[in-house]
Amino acid sequence: MRQNLIDLGYLVTIVTFVLALRFLSSPTSARRGNLIGAAGMAVAIAVTLAQRQLVTYWWVVAGVAVGAVAGAISARRVKMTAMPQMVALFNGVGGGAAALVSLAEFHRLVPEPGRLPADEGISILLSALIGSVSFAGSLVAFAKLQELIRGRPITYGGQQLVNAALLALMVAIGLVVLVGPQSVGLLLALLAGALLFGVLFVLPIGGADMPVVISLLNAFTGLAAAATGFVLHNNVLIVSGALVGASGTLLTLLMGRAMNRSIGNVLFGAFGAVTAGPAAAAETNGGTVRSTGPEDVAIMLAYAQRVVIVPGYGLAVAQAQHDVRQLADLLEGRGVDVRYAIHPVAGRMPGHMNVLLAEANVPYPQLVEMEEINPDFPRTDVALVIGANDVTNPAARTTPTSPIYGMPILDVDRAAAVVVLKRGMSPGFAGIDNALYTDPKTVMLFGDAKDSVSRLIASVKTL
Amino acid sequence: MTGSRLVIELTILALAVFLGFEVISKVPTMLHTPLMSGTNAIHGIVIVGAIIVAGVAHPGWPMKIVGLVAVALATANVVGGFVVTDRMLQMFRKREPARAPEPD
Repeated sequence: MRQNLIDLGYLVTIVTFVLALRFLSSPTSARRGNLIGAAGMAVAIAVTLAQRQLVTYWWVVAGVAVGAVAGAISARRVKMTAMPQMVALFNGVGGGAAALVSLAEFHRLVPEPGRLPADEGISILLSALIGSVSFAGSLVAFAKLQELIRGRPITYGGQQLVNAALLALMVAIGLVVLVGPQSVGLLLALLAGALLFGVLFVLPIGGADMPVVISLLNAFTGLAAAATGFVLHNNVLIVSGALVGASGTLLTLLMGRAMNRSIGNVLFGAFGAVTAGPAAAAETNGGTVRSTGPEDVAIMLAYAQRVVIVPGYGLAVAQAQHDVRQLADLLEGRGVDVRYAIHPVAGRMPGHMNVLLAEANVPYPQLVEMEEINPDFPRTDVALVIGANDVTNPAARTTPTSPIYGMPILDVDRAAAVVVLKRGMSPGFAGIDNALYTDPKTVMLFGDAKDSVSRLIASVKTL
Repeated sequence: MTGSRLVIELTILALAVFLGFEVISKVPTMLHTPLMSGTNAIHGIVIVGAIIVAGVAHPGWPMKIVGLVAVALATANVVGGFVVTDRMLQMFRKREPARAPEPD
């Protein structure tokens, strides 16, 4: 009876989690969905505390107190620009928790007479392995994004060989644990190996590829949670883990497609990436770059009918999103139709730019996805590119030899006029020149993004 | 008996994966960051496992500490995940109810 009630409680949690994801299909219901999910989590925790097998609450209470304070403070304080690091960190602690749960379960089951059943054994190993990889990998991703360590790929000779050997060693240890002596020492060795593997796995991946890595680690932690569910024979863990695994996998594939790279290339391709720069430099059309002042741009914008703003990570770095919104408000006040074109990989994680603009109070109906806005560029008077580069490079459409050829881009070059706000003429992350800048209908406004936008605001006000 | 339990659990897993793909594919790209932090909070469900291993009687200190750390990590995951997702989602608005006058 009691167990049935507990299991029904878990069923309620499962339903709320699915609803939470379902409500995320629209910004109007999303927040309610998140609250429903949180309530479901509370139900799961409550019924777990009612489990018969629990004999002590002290450790639980102490752990919850520490974790709740740490989680709440970091979640309240984090800046929206630092969201990718935060998500990486929460991914990591989740994976770490899954690995520790499997370690403790292993320790509890092993001294019992008879072998560990194969299904539970495999589940424990998987949860320990994936959880540890996710924990260590996420911490490295966090360190890279937080710029505690260099974001550039860290490579050395025979890297993939070392990783493959390490993985093979861990599989061997796993097999020994399954069929041979089941000692906690061996599982600890496996955990240590998995932690090392997680570090080595993420180190060679560059900072700009982090959207893919974070999505993938998200999927990993989900799978680790699902494996823990097989250890404890708990459906809510299995279902929740599977939901997260599906979400992470889908986002990983989506990011890969938006960057025009296979997932294998992102994860293992750090070696060829460096050579792309000089070879592609010859692809520019040899035209001249026209530089202009804020007064001219202000006139172009103020007397346009349709303006599309193309924000890139440079805008977020310069913290210019609030100023951009002010500029957009001014233009709208003059009857200009202003919208924002958001490339899927703008920012450092999937959907990051939308969050940054929402924080600056940009109404979300103005945030338009790439597929939706591209057909509108020919009818656009001015495309205002702020801190975006590679995602606007027409070479992706026109130059088969370009390293970014085939990457989906925003067709800003089809607008009647293009204004590019840029610090200098340095190439983007892909290390290639952008033919957009030498296009006769493009003008450049050089300077810090925030500074340039403030000068534009001042100029528009005088008109 | 163990065999059929495993099969039932695998069935649940398979169905949940399909359900996950189905539901997630309806989330617009605009909300992908909240989606990630939201699913982040959801995998904090390992707190259930953490509470169980921290609450059962373990002989000896090492595993008690392991349980304690597991609960602390999972709780940080749950609380942090839901709070940060809520913070993000409350920013998505159609229009502010009343536009503040332009600051000069």
